[in-house]
Amino acid sequence: MKKVITGNHAVSYGAQLARSQVIAAYPITPQTQIVELLSEFCASGKLNAKFIKVESEHSAMSACIAAAATGARTFTATSSQGLALMHEMLHWAAGARLPVVLANVNRAMGPGWSVWTDQNDSLSQRDLGWLQFYCESNQEVMDTVIQAFKIGEKVLLPVMVILDAFVLSHTSEPVDIPDQELVDRFLPLPPVNLPYKLDVEDPHAFGALTSPDHYYEIRFKIQKAQDEAVQVAKEVDEEFKNILGRGYGIVEPYRCDDAKLILVTSGTITGTARIVVDSERVKGRKVGLLKIRMFRPTPIKELREILPRAQKVVVIDRNISFGHSGVFCQEIKSALYGLPVQPTIFGFIIGIGGRDVTAQDIEEIVDYASKTEKPDSIILWRGVRL
Amino acid sequence: MTEIRFHGRGGQGAVIASEIFASALFKEGKYVQTFPEFGVERRGAPVQAFLRFDEKPIMLRCKVYTPDHVIILDSVLLKTQDVTMGLRPGGWILLNSDKEPREFSFPNFRVATIDATGVAIKYKLGPKTAPIVNTAVLGAFIRVSEIVRLDNIYKSIPEYVPVKIEDNIKATGEAYEMVRF
Repeated sequence: MKKVITGNHAVSYGAQLARSQVIAAYPITPQTQIVELLSEFCASGKLNAKFIKVESEHSAMSACIAAAATGARTFTATSSQGLALMHEMLHWAAGARLPVVLANVNRAMGPGWSVWTDQNDSLSQRDLGWLQFYCESNQEVMDTVIQAFKIGEKVLLPVMVILDAFVLSHTSEPVDIPDQELVDRFLPLPPVNLPYKLDVEDPHAFGALTSPDHYYEIRFKIQKAQDEAVQVAKEVDEEFKNILGRGYGIVEPYRCDDAKLILVTSGTITGTARIVVDSERVKGRKVGLLKIRMFRPTPIKELREILPRAQKVVVIDRNISFGHSGVFCQEIKSALYGLPVQPTIFGFIIGIGGRDVTAQDIEEIVDYASKTEKPDSIILWRGVRL
Repeated sequence: MTEIRFHGRGGQGAVIASEIFASALFKEGKYVQTFPEFGVERRGAPVQAFLRFDEKPIMLRCKVYTPDHVIILDSVLLKTQDVTMGLRPGGWILLNSDKEPREFSFPNFRVATIDATGVAIKYKLGPKTAPIVNTAVLGAFIRVSEIVRLDNIYKSIPEYVPVKIEDNIKATGEAYEMVRF
């Protein structure tokens, strides 16, 4: 059934179709509508889940951890300050290898107080062991929530599905909401049978003191699971495509084959950049685009395969790692290290705190990079008004 | 691609109007994208909503800067807002007003007026002091612009309006007939 819905409601439908069994969440703009609709689904019986109201995001993630530890399919949603307040328990979910799915609406961190989009909230949580997916459209948001459960349950790691505040969260567009039967075929219940779980019939102690003899290997295994997740995410996306007819890949190259300049984007800037790629092609400039959908684990092999086709790579970051540069730019430079032929990398910062990103902005970025041999700084700030 | 901008005040239903409009267009096979002015909405404060539609999927993800038409839910906003900013020549300006279109001077644009406040009060849509004029304004706009069929607006109203569905449909139809242009 196709319906015109917001990105927030696309998340809710995804969590419902995935047959979430436990939802614990605390409201925060611009996420609130996600859990509002889910609580209505629970109240009306459209979703057979336990909805746990909590007093903070820290408690929301704590409740999710306990629920997931019993083997239940568990979901939450948050944004910005809420995600930051969860931070301690985000570590715990990953360390305990619990496949919780969390939708994060990308919102800038305060102060200055903001409700508008940028990626610093989720990118501040990139090193915890959570998988991260950045979405371009409401359809992709819904589909990625459903995929996230399957990927997380296969590699036993929590998964964050990320959408831009307002640009997706409050924007309505057509979304194909699949039949429950199809989603059930893709993602059956019960979820994964955890090797160890909270079970009153078979009690265990969890979270005990872990000596240096054991802790190191636990971390090693999280990294192994992250490595494994690259292939798993590709396979799950293929399977999703076979059953539901839509796939996204972990990255998506667009007109990259003969490109001399490749833009690298994530989130909704991708859509606008597609238009610019097409218009640049009409002008005769060989511009391509690489959309990064899965950022953790970083698709290093794909980056090394696709980006060196171009002489120039222009990374567009809607975030800033203070004291260095944009996060995607850093990681792309690191991924390409050691290749015999290195493209010149331009790192642009744009759209921080929800500053609108127009096609003209991206055109001007492409124009600058096309005409400039090498960037004169590791950060190129776009549109700063001083 | 066609782009429409709504100017209203928090509580008048501009966002819901844009959603009903989008849903009706979608029923006619169009690709649609609609969103409120990004931010925190306060009752009575000026708000905007945006609508895009096209024959092909919409990739553009920025605000609407050069609308084809504008819909103004409160004509008092003319005093404080530049409602024609970026408006493309020849575009419609639909005003919620009991005045005649010729009483407004907007060279290069087409003007239509509807007493949506009167219609909303008649059907008791919202409190009398702050009537919800969105469905009446929509009925008027689709008559002059001929962008979407009236029956598809009727079908979309129940998807977004939680109460007084029949009265909202009547208000839409009445404004469709009453609009002056």
